[in-house]
Amino acid sequence: MSEAVLRAEKLSVGYGKKVIISGVELTAECGKILTIIGPNGAGKSTILKTICRQLEPLGGTVFIGKEKMGELSGNALARTVSVLLTNRVKTEYMRCIDVVEMGRYPYTGSLGILSDEDRAKVRDAMKLVDIEMLADREFDRISDGQRQRVLLAGAICREPEVLILDEPTTFLDVKYKLELMSILKKLASERNTAIILSLHELDLAQRVSDRIICVRGEKLDRTGTPEEIFSGDYISGLYGVSAGSFCESFGTPELERCEGEPEVFVIGGGGSGIDVYRSLQRRGVPFAAGVIHENDIEFPVAHALASKLITEKPFETVTQESFDSALAVMKKCRTVICSVSRFGAANEYCRRLRDEAEQLGILTKELKNER
Amino acid sequence: MKARKLRFIGGYTALILLLIGLALLNICAGSADIAPSRLISALRDPDSDKVAYNIITGLRLPRTAAAVILGGALAVSGFLLQNFFANPIAGPYILGVSSGAKLVVALLLVYSLAHGFAPNSFAMVAAAFAGAMISMSFILLISAKVRRMSVLIVCGVMIGYICSAVTDFVVNFSDDSNIVNLHNWSMGSFSGIGRSDVITAALIVFPACICAFMLSKPMNAYQLGEQYAANSGVHIKAFRAALILLSSVLSACVTAFAGPVSFVGVAVPHIVKSIFRTARPIYIIPACFLGGAVFCLLCDFITRTVFAPTELSISTVTSVFGAPIVIYILMHRERRAKNE
Repeated sequence: MSEAVLRAEKLSVGYGKKVIISGVELTAECGKILTIIGPNGAGKSTILKTICRQLEPLGGTVFIGKEKMGELSGNALARTVSVLLTNRVKTEYMRCIDVVEMGRYPYTGSLGILSDEDRAKVRDAMKLVDIEMLADREFDRISDGQRQRVLLAGAICREPEVLILDEPTTFLDVKYKLELMSILKKLASERNTAIILSLHELDLAQRVSDRIICVRGEKLDRTGTPEEIFSGDYISGLYGVSAGSFCESFGTPELERCEGEPEVFVIGGGGSGIDVYRSLQRRGVPFAAGVIHENDIEFPVAHALASKLITEKPFETVTQESFDSALAVMKKCRTVICSVSRFGAANEYCRRLRDEAEQLGILTKELKNER
Repeated sequence: MKARKLRFIGGYTALILLLIGLALLNICAGSADIAPSRLISALRDPDSDKVAYNIITGLRLPRTAAAVILGGALAVSGFLLQNFFANPIAGPYILGVSSGAKLVVALLLVYSLAHGFAPNSFAMVAAAFAGAMISMSFILLISAKVRRMSVLIVCGVMIGYICSAVTDFVVNFSDDSNIVNLHNWSMGSFSGIGRSDVITAALIVFPACICAFMLSKPMNAYQLGEQYAANSGVHIKAFRAALILLSSVLSACVTAFAGPVSFVGVAVPHIVKSIFRTARPIYIIPACFLGGAVFCLLCDFITRTVFAPTELSISTVTSVFGAPIVIYILMHRERRAKNE
């Protein structure tokens, strides 16, 4: 059982006197990653700002260990809780290494001169975040993503027990998003840091988090493990998704399907059809797909995009009934695309579907300029 | 890392050498040139060369010391304000702080002349400080509303104009033989600063600069933004108050003794930062002090000698050097903002 380093009890947060969210209960445990998700403007940042004492709580208490956060000295708090913010600052004649070194602030003496130990920790942090080559560059003249990583190195070399990150992926490209996530994982597992972050990317939240908190309209809507949160239609509901859908198992969104009588029939399976489905969706062509097993990797995409979908139960051989209904739909289509290149015992009927299509003369190998 | 160290050592050495050289030049050169050998002999044995001794200790030494101390104070004050407003062209003169100080000092002078007493130097500083704080509070009110640095600067300049206008008004309507004196002072000059004034100034400026130096660490964190500093454990309210108080005391002290001196507070920190290629207060505050002293020594030398025997006001000369630097910073910033 890991210990709780930061705990909020019945916390109300907001600006001025206006409460945005009340009844916030959250616990950050050592070595665990806690993610806050929720629609834009729901108050994710407000919660984060309150638990690092940037905003006064409008009710309730935040505990750091056993002590109340409000009673900690600035220095003690800075050593325990390190924050990475996304607001941009303009600096002047500041090298990246200067910025990282500022991370040691709570540990240096009254003039802020670094010891050899401090310098070693700065070097380690820069190495971990992979910004050693930026050390002598000016902080004002690097990209937003690089700046983000420099600030992260600063936050890491502070060696906090709790690391709070407000939408840390904002300026990062996919490579650094993934690297950031693995750095966070590393911090949690190797340094036993408790990490609290807010994220827009649900796919990342699902993969990296130990626990997820969902914020929606004035309260915490749900708290749980990623498995608990990403189930059913909960996410679509949380964000009020109406144009398109959200795939719970991959944590990714799909665009809206093209409704209507299918014009194209796709014989897919094993993930081979995903590109075809997306391509048809982009062109605005309503299509049917079959016969797809319900545990097939492409099932979620087909389910989200196909206007008609013929499915088969998991691990079953495709049955005569499925074949018949697929054939009925297929005959009404102008074109048939077969994305499957290999047939086996389980989808023997799909081969027959293809043969039928070939005989009908509506089979095309590749997606041509439909429309 | 090595190059950086060399840059620092070189920069400081150059500043100190310049300071010594210019100080000697200021003491020796003038309407009556005193050769260094005569300077030494006069100082060693005052009785042998009474004339030289009197010129040196009575006029030139205090004036040189004033230029050093007050020039340094202005540059440090400017640097503090630049950090406070996160604005490289903030400075006591541009933001109207000097003019506010000037106004209240003028009021004090006119009042005291009318009532036949002469305020001592502490009273002058106190009046200047009150004036500086009045201007400063207006600037703070405005800065809470506007974020754009150019708007803040324009407002500061306007406050300066208002204060100057009121000062002119007061001076115009108080008929007194000392008006000419007052007028001279209100243009800014290091002349006529006596030894006791210099000592008073030193007693205020040096402790204030040491306090500013002790704030290096939080100032450094503050350069990364208020929130960053707060997260690092800086007590923001106390820190901001300290910055404002220190910069006001420093610029008030200058205004009380030398009148408003323009642009030193902007030009010197800028030059020093670009020479040292850093803005770290721990290096820059001492360098600013030295730089301000050097700059004012040079400018004061020019005021005395170029059109001798006519003496220029110090602001005339500092503006010639300082104003182009402000224009340069503004254009440079604008270009950089576009590139982003």
